[in-house]
Amino acid sequence: MKLGFSPAEEAFRTEAADWLNTQMAGPFKDIKGITTLTEKAERRKEWEQHLGEHGWGCIGWPKAWGGRDATIAQQVIFAEEYARAGVPGRVNHIGIELAGPTILTFGTEAQKARFLPGIAKGQTIFCQGFSEPGAGSDLASVRTKGRLETIDGVKYWVVNGQKIWTSLAHISDWIFVVTRTEEGSRGPKGLSFLMMDMAQPGIEIRPIQQINGDAEFNETFFTDARCAEDSIIGAPGEGWKIAMGLLAFERGVSTLGQQMAFRNELDEIIAAAKRNGSAADPLIRQRIAKAEIGLRLMRYGALRMLSNRDHSRMDGAALTYKIQWASWRRNLGELAMDVLGQAGEVTGGDGYRWGTLPNLFLYARADTIYGGTNQIQRNLIAERGLGLPREPRGDA
Amino acid sequence: MDFAFTDEQVMIAETARAFFAENATSARTRRAMAADGIDRELWAAFCQDLGFAGVGIAEEFGGAGLGMVEFACIAEAAGTHVAALPLLGLATAARGIAAGGTAAQREKWLSRILSGEAVAANAGKWHVERQGNYLSGSFDFAPHGNIADVFVVSATGGSWLIERDAAGLKIEAPVTMDQTRPLATLHMDRVLGEPLADHLGAVKAMHSGGWICLAAEALGGAQACLDRTVAYAKERIQFGRPIGSFQAYKHRLADMMVEIEQARSAVYWAACAVDETSDEGPLALHAAKSFCADAFFKCAGDMIQLHGGIGFTWEHDAHLYFKRARSIQTLRAPGNWHREEIAKIILGDAA
Repeated sequence: MKLGFSPAEEAFRTEAADWLNTQMAGPFKDIKGITTLTEKAERRKEWEQHLGEHGWGCIGWPKAWGGRDATIAQQVIFAEEYARAGVPGRVNHIGIELAGPTILTFGTEAQKARFLPGIAKGQTIFCQGFSEPGAGSDLASVRTKGRLETIDGVKYWVVNGQKIWTSLAHISDWIFVVTRTEEGSRGPKGLSFLMMDMAQPGIEIRPIQQINGDAEFNETFFTDARCAEDSIIGAPGEGWKIAMGLLAFERGVSTLGQQMAFRNELDEIIAAAKRNGSAADPLIRQRIAKAEIGLRLMRYGALRMLSNRDHSRMDGAALTYKIQWASWRRNLGELAMDVLGQAGEVTGGDGYRWGTLPNLFLYARADTIYGGTNQIQRNLIAERGLGLPREPRGDA
Repeated sequence: MDFAFTDEQVMIAETARAFFAENATSARTRRAMAADGIDRELWAAFCQDLGFAGVGIAEEFGGAGLGMVEFACIAEAAGTHVAALPLLGLATAARGIAAGGTAAQREKWLSRILSGEAVAANAGKWHVERQGNYLSGSFDFAPHGNIADVFVVSATGGSWLIERDAAGLKIEAPVTMDQTRPLATLHMDRVLGEPLADHLGAVKAMHSGGWICLAAEALGGAQACLDRTVAYAKERIQFGRPIGSFQAYKHRLADMMVEIEQARSAVYWAACAVDETSDEGPLALHAAKSFCADAFFKCAGDMIQLHGGIGFTWEHDAHLYFKRARSIQTLRAPGNWHREEIAKIILGDAA
């Protein structure tokens, strides 16, 4: 058991950090330090392409598809250095971390050839169509319908329904959609996983303004929207299996990069506390120490998960990660406001736009909801991690 | 990147788990609680049959070598069964002698302590005056001080070895809430202490050993609270269902698991940091001690609540965990103190 990284891994760290810092000091100086996913969207797309051109877009992918076959340790290091350099979040994180790995795992060779190069080059931005107004925590109760139809002698999947909370749909090129393709089916059965081009008249997007004033999320409406017959990943009816496989990718190496962004946020709170004198308050000191402890334990928890060769033993532990970081960050937002005092409740700019810390306070309320609420996380931990009996289901 | 146990570490952990599961039974622990708080037979087997007492002590001093990661694996297993053993004395006093004792002190004491022939203890707060190496006053709350043969005590500017039969030493052994680790106060009237060669080295070793021992015990204890409550949740039926199927119940178990997984990261981060003499050492130790103690207390309290009335009885083991957890929270400084030490590292001194 070791804490750190090997000399070869540290050499890779230096290489990655040098390249990232050079970009942030030069051609992409204007996007350094942005902490929302929505600001300067066009420049962020250019950044995705820049990453792709220089082979840093999807380092964990196979070389054959534009990646570097990077080890898990290298992916962790890149994610850490990415956040440490103040590079803003990836607007194509859904494409790189979810769509790509899903296609690599479940897609045909033709589908790989069709989608992967565009994602690797940063030219195809993906978004995710899972949740619906009636399918939130109960994700399997999807109602959006897909049916195979022949139009002018060609077979298409024709989709009707509505998705919600589609993050970055307004800047995305493609969406993957879980649809009910078996008439009369219920729950996880009869669902299919479709890849759809966003640029078509059958898809309409309406932004959802959030409590922080920003609009990262959208409602996405499908009215006889289409995709080619071979745009289905896996077989018809396998959609749930694929969607669940994809959620497993979400617990991957990106967590370490996320933590480096948290590090930046905590450092900003520490700096603010020193500036305004609240660093002398014993209660604030206790809370900052707790935040520091929580962040460190997140790091070593993630390293434990990623280092472990016996994955079956770590599966239960991995289930605890989401609620852990989400709750930690929500507390961090509250700590930030207590450190800032009333100065944190006003903003100097024009319009309802917030600096990093007040925005953290507001945005963190979403962390404990999206990707499975804290309550759903507790069900998962209890039922899958601890083997407790399942909650009885209603017959809706 | 390799933050995972080696095969050897896994083997040590499995051996320790099997040993305590088989031998540190509730009945035996309760016999020790009713007597002087030590299961002597268990301690002899621990020291002699398994050679575990030497883990974390260098081979040149008669130890088994290995490091604090291996020691933590063992302490975790001991904590799982609230074993009534003077393990903390080993982690503090024995390590203190190894790190800071004179050659003669090491020679005289370490082999006896590691073989289980002698029990060593370290005392907590001091209220003493010293004239040279003569100490007068008291040292509070030495864990297993009631049965220790030798004490390592520290005050400003020095650390000393004091034998149980030293002239002028009176040991007061009050009834202790956690009967698996009785606390004793040492009253001294001009007791001649035998100074250690390296006071600060000894204190540092006793701190790191003590904090890791307590954190690891807490981790094992917390996991046991969860495991036992999960088992109960599956068998106890109310309203026609296993109570573990109710969300109000299972969510508390999930929260316990979230704390425990963090505690596990904390223990092995700290143990690794000490073994590697990493710069993160102090931060990791304070984090591990404070976090794991609180996690254990939460789990032990929840264990009682989630068992209902049976959890409040003397017959059920829940109170052994609850009392051990409370004692770990206070031993070797409470959580607020450790967190303030962390605050000093990241914020500097207050005001």
